[in-house]
Amino acid sequence: MSTGTPAEPRETQHEEPRTDAGTAASGAATATVDPRLLVRQEGFKGYLTDLGRRLRTGELGSVPVIVGLIVIALVFQLQDSAFLSANNLNDLFVQSAGTGLIAVGIVFVLILGEIDLSVGSVSGMSAAVFAVLSVNQGMNEVLALILAVLTGMAAGAVHGFFFARIGVPAFVVTLAGLLGWNGLMLQILGASGTINLDDDGVVAQLTNHYFADKAAAMGLATVCVLAFLGFSLLDARRRKAADVPSRPLSEIVLRTVVLAVPAYAAAFVFNSYKGLPLAVVIFVGFVVVGDFVLRRTGYGRKVFAVGGSSEAASRAGINVSLIRISVYSIAGTMAAIGGLFLASQINAANQSSGAGSLLMNCIAAAVIGGTSLFGGRGKTWSALLGALVIQSINSGMALLGTGSAVRDMITGAVLLAAVVIDSVSRRTQKTAGRA
Amino acid sequence: MSATPVLALRGVSKRFGAVQALTDVELEIHPGEVVALVGDNGAGKSTLVKTIAGVSPADEGTIEWEGRPVRVARPHDAQELGIATVYQDLALCDNLDVVGNLFLGGELFKRGVLDEVEMERRARELLSTLSIRIPSVRIPVASLSGGQRQTVAIARSLLGEPKVVVLDEPTAALGVEQTAQVLDLVERLRERGLGVILISHNMAEVREVSDRVAVLRLGRNNGTFTVADTTQEEIVSAITGATDNVVTRREARTTEVNQ
Ligand SMILES: Nc1ncnc2c1ncn2[C@@H]1O[C@H](COP(=O)(O)OP(=O)(O)OP(=O)(O)O)[C@@H](O)[C@H]1O
Ligand SMILES: [Mg+2]
Repeated sequence: MSTGTPAEPRETQHEEPRTDAGTAASGAATATVDPRLLVRQEGFKGYLTDLGRRLRTGELGSVPVIVGLIVIALVFQLQDSAFLSANNLNDLFVQSAGTGLIAVGIVFVLILGEIDLSVGSVSGMSAAVFAVLSVNQGMNEVLALILAVLTGMAAGAVHGFFFARIGVPAFVVTLAGLLGWNGLMLQILGASGTINLDDDGVVAQLTNHYFADKAAAMGLATVCVLAFLGFSLLDARRRKAADVPSRPLSEIVLRTVVLAVPAYAAAFVFNSYKGLPLAVVIFVGFVVVGDFVLRRTGYGRKVFAVGGSSEAASRAGINVSLIRISVYSIAGTMAAIGGLFLASQINAANQSSGAGSLLMNCIAAAVIGGTSLFGGRGKTWSALLGALVIQSINSGMALLGTGSAVRDMITGAVLLAAVVIDSVSRRTQKTAGRA
Repeated sequence: MSATPVLALRGVSKRFGAVQALTDVELEIHPGEVVALVGDNGAGKSTLVKTIAGVSPADEGTIEWEGRPVRVARPHDAQELGIATVYQDLALCDNLDVVGNLFLGGELFKRGVLDEVEMERRARELLSTLSIRIPSVRIPVASLSGGQRQTVAIARSLLGEPKVVVLDEPTAALGVEQTAQVLDLVERLRERGLGVILISHNMAEVREVSDRVAVLRLGRNNGTFTVADTTQEEIVSAITGATDNVVTRREARTTEVNQ
């Protein structure tokens, strides 16, 4: 990272640069860049040393969860060789979509520094709305699906309104939602309590449709990798042209490879089974769009600002209430979409839709994936990684024939570990001046 | 100096529960003028800043902008008019980096997407014209020192081409060099024809850069002085409350001079 300033950059290897005061005082009076700053070396070696330093200072990012996923995979594979089979991995991915989509909404709420306890109930209610409209009322399925999603969005907006405008703590509002929407779901499901969905309907297809053509999975992986590479190169070129620090080519190549390996591995796995699952395409699509919204749009910047300091955000002219209401609407929308995926898996809406451990799993997914519970930091990718962890544990336990008792204990322990990592990394980041 | 003030407060009052923080405060700022607002701790200076900035609007009184009364009910209203404020408590988002904070609420876009490159370039340019030394514009402001945070907050106020800049104790946390730079900056703003409200407890600083000094005492106006023909003692006694003498003493002195 060349900064083009007169101050001589120190090399990164030295961890304690605050030694000789002589150099700092001499002639650096007008330098913009602090001579004590650990300036990153050019090139690949600089990237590695910088990465090492970031890990040591608690900027762990996705590293713990990826390590966790690998450990989980190895442990289960040693117990039962069916774990890493194409069939099992495919099911694992497809079944993580429902939880993961709900967790994408949770990521938005966590970045605000808040919580949403209602997403389980909202997901169940939306599934019920869809079932009643399309099966009982005979409405067009696509229309019913849109109305079901809008129901979730409206429920979220109601939570947001009571939280942002009336000032009721989000915890309480969404707790009321947890009870209330579950009651509404039972009400609209009626006496039978279970509505079976059309086997060939739109919602049934969500988790059952596969693009059997082998080119689909490979093509999608290729498009993703090339798009990533292309945007990285373009960005680096613009940065060079504007004379601001840019990523060196070697780092871009490395990052592209790090993306390409899992992308092609997943494509290979899917192609060894039934092909590219529609559920995975939609899930990853939402994750990518969510990531784009959070990191590249003015709206996302406002969400982070409100999560960092609502007072500073409002003084900067941001309509804090509107941001809060919109974020809860997003959480409700994602809960509804996730609920339809969960209904698709059992091809029905019933009284236990959205109940049980779903809520905890969704919040756990976001946190395990690396989104901070303390607000202000997070990525939608953590929903994907966290959902995969939880589904891996579910799937592995099912293979081993262990009951839900052990599974819940293990999931609880993993969640605790994730929160501990979050808290500790926050503390080390504070002391390392990165928080 | 133009006759119509760019910003004028007329009879502004503000109450917090049992505390009458401001009572009938009057203040005028002309283009190209630096007005120092002084007063003891708790005099109501920051409260007045927040009414001007729309953070906590006044209960009574009007704000006039370029001669006509305006409503400043939200921070957004003040920004629209062209009032930029540096708050005493800084109001930065700790989780955002320096660039993010500088452009918060005024982000640059390219094809509907945040233009990070241009924002970073301008941030570096701005910080270097202010001779602000910061490790990197891409680190979260939480990891900056108090003075660095303050310089970021000051830099932030200059981005939107304001007409009036309100600085609430901008030099409180700054070192000697940075303080001199902020005072230089205030003078440059005046040369560019901006109105500046400067709050400070440092009398030397106040006398050095400001044209007029407005004194607040216990939430009320306690005199406005032209710096050129006022002694430090007069200002200090207005701040501390020996008001009844100030006027008489001043009159005595001016008549003395005239004789
Ligand atoms: N949000 C609030 N709620 C209640 N009282 C407040 C609030 N803000 C300010 N006050 C009161 O208003 C009065 C004026 O406070 P203010 O912060 O304006 O003083 P100041 O002149 O800026 O003092 P300093 O020089 O210490 O910054 C104080 O008595 C304070 O207690
Ligand atoms: Mg104050």
